[in-house]
Amino acid sequence: MAERLIHGIGVSEGIRIGKAFLYMPAKPEQQQAAPAGDAAHELSRLRAAKEQALGELDELIGKTLQTLGEEKAGILKGQKSFLNDPTFYPAMEQQISQTGCSAEQAVDAVVQRIAAVFEAMPTEYLRERAADVRDVGKRLLARLAGGTGSNLSDIEEEVILVADDLTPSDTVQLDKRFILGFVTRTGGKTSHTAILANSLGIPAILGSGDGIGGIQNGDLLIMDGGAGICVVSPDEATLQQYRGRMERENEERRKLAAFAGIPAKTRDGFRVELAANIGTPAEAQGLLEKGAEAVGLYRTEFLFMSREQMPDEETQYAAYKKAAEAMQGKPVVIRTLDIGGDKELPYLELPKEMNPFLGYRAIRLCLDRKELLVTQLRAILRASVHGKLKIMFPMISGIGEWRQAKGILDEVRRQLTDEGIRFDPGLETGIMIEIPSAALLAPRFAKEVDFFSIGTNDLVQYTVAVDRMNEKVAYLYDYFHPAVIRLLKIVIDASHEHGKWTGMCGSMAGDPLAAPLLLGLGLDEWSMSAASLQKVKRIISQMDRESCTRLAERVLDMDTPEEVRQALQAFAAEYAKNL
Amino acid sequence: MVSRQVTIQNRTGFHIRPAQLFVDKAGSFEALIKVRKDEVEVDGKSILGLMTLGLEQGTTIEIRAEGPDEQQAVESLIELVESKFGEE
Repeated sequence: MAERLIHGIGVSEGIRIGKAFLYMPAKPEQQQAAPAGDAAHELSRLRAAKEQALGELDELIGKTLQTLGEEKAGILKGQKSFLNDPTFYPAMEQQISQTGCSAEQAVDAVVQRIAAVFEAMPTEYLRERAADVRDVGKRLLARLAGGTGSNLSDIEEEVILVADDLTPSDTVQLDKRFILGFVTRTGGKTSHTAILANSLGIPAILGSGDGIGGIQNGDLLIMDGGAGICVVSPDEATLQQYRGRMERENEERRKLAAFAGIPAKTRDGFRVELAANIGTPAEAQGLLEKGAEAVGLYRTEFLFMSREQMPDEETQYAAYKKAAEAMQGKPVVIRTLDIGGDKELPYLELPKEMNPFLGYRAIRLCLDRKELLVTQLRAILRASVHGKLKIMFPMISGIGEWRQAKGILDEVRRQLTDEGIRFDPGLETGIMIEIPSAALLAPRFAKEVDFFSIGTNDLVQYTVAVDRMNEKVAYLYDYFHPAVIRLLKIVIDASHEHGKWTGMCGSMAGDPLAAPLLLGLGLDEWSMSAASLQKVKRIISQMDRESCTRLAERVLDMDTPEEVRQALQAFAAEYAKNL
Repeated sequence: MVSRQVTIQNRTGFHIRPAQLFVDKAGSFEALIKVRKDEVEVDGKSILGLMTLGLEQGTTIEIRAEGPDEQQAVESLIELVESKFGEE
């Protein structure tokens, strides 16, 4: 067969070469057309399908427990209980007896009815269960059709999975070790398959449309996830070309992985701390392997969002404990609740504001509704015995606010001591520098705080007075703005004068281009998304602090962000081999 | 006929796991078991029924059993709910 190309949306990068495995479960619409036999016949078909489906589920549960664990097996166990539920299967039998319809139609009718009940429920968790109900229906229909369905669990060699669509309950059956990539007809960047592919680090090309039609089971495929191209039955020349690219990609990955174990150090031996930003304790898993020495920012907002009510002290304690333990004694800097009216938190009843970013949010909200802060601080202090936690307050605009927040922390410490509950007495407390007033007052703050963490994302917005989401003025948002760089210098110098440290958790920290400048300014800690760790570490290891310090001096003598950027690029070209 | 009330205490309410534990236990008894929340009553052995009741932390339900082992059934189910289904 001649080589041909399929184009789709590349949602996850990577080049893979492998055989296609077609996953095309029978569709309900195809089966509804079949005429019904008499009721007795349909009932016995249905019964057989149910037995087979139960057997299938048992087998899958056994496999899933081994490969994916308790939680994933739970979905399948749930499906099994639905199938055994007294209101489910008997309802289908009743449908057949009363209306003389086919087994397929009975399954469809009952599944629709019950799924609709779940879809009307108030919580998202329950609404999602509708998908589980439908999955049971699909499984029954597949059995009725004679076994062309769910055989994803049969995959036992490396393949590229080709399908119309993949649902969470499809992918939960997969042995991830055997999947090289996904190619689907529908779906896009935010679909479940995209997220899964990204977390597994394998390519996915979705939304390929009818292009996937001609692919046969076993066809050789080349996937280029980054370009969104899939080559079907490639000829020899194409194959060689992609093999070469794949080799180079693997080599890159191996080199970067080697860096993970080495501490971040400049060429002239100057040590800095590289940390990661996380939003959930689960993200802390595996960070040490990725080269993070700490968590520089644990955004606690996630605990408060997607919920019907306030997360209580126990819930928060569990999360902070999990993060502390995952980092095995390495620091975790927890930022107290940093949220405002722009996010949906119905249980807080926040006012709708004209200017949410200048309004009632973050520390202002927490100081006004003290219970919020007290609960969070109690949970953090209690969890502090499980690792090395640090606390930082967001959106501090003046010394008074800091002292008030610190006062509440001290109060909570006394409370816990009275209750006989232990916590880390040496727990460090610092503030985020995101508001210019705090940056300018850094020399005063430095006497009282243990550290600063610069949140460049908001610092730039407030300093240059620009909303980076506003297309018309977004061009003004640039952390290389000389004013911002001066503020960085003020903050870092102030901290060092008092024997304290300064970290950075905004996106500037994850930009390899900025690294030499930040090194030259004396930044002590970089915190970024885990994905940027290796790149930044590589840059730092190639720099020597001497020349970075001179670079910073030159930059501080510049007038525009463009000049600064050019200087950084020239510097990088000279010193770095990889940018 | 035995009937008693109990309040749901575990944080996640009747998510799939607690619901499953409940119906597994309920299913082990001969008695007919019903669970009522406000005006709605469902079969205590039906996981679908229980889940669609939308039982969350703080909800009070009435467990009713009728049959030879009705006493053990109710006591056993109350204990399961009060033990927070082994969570936390």
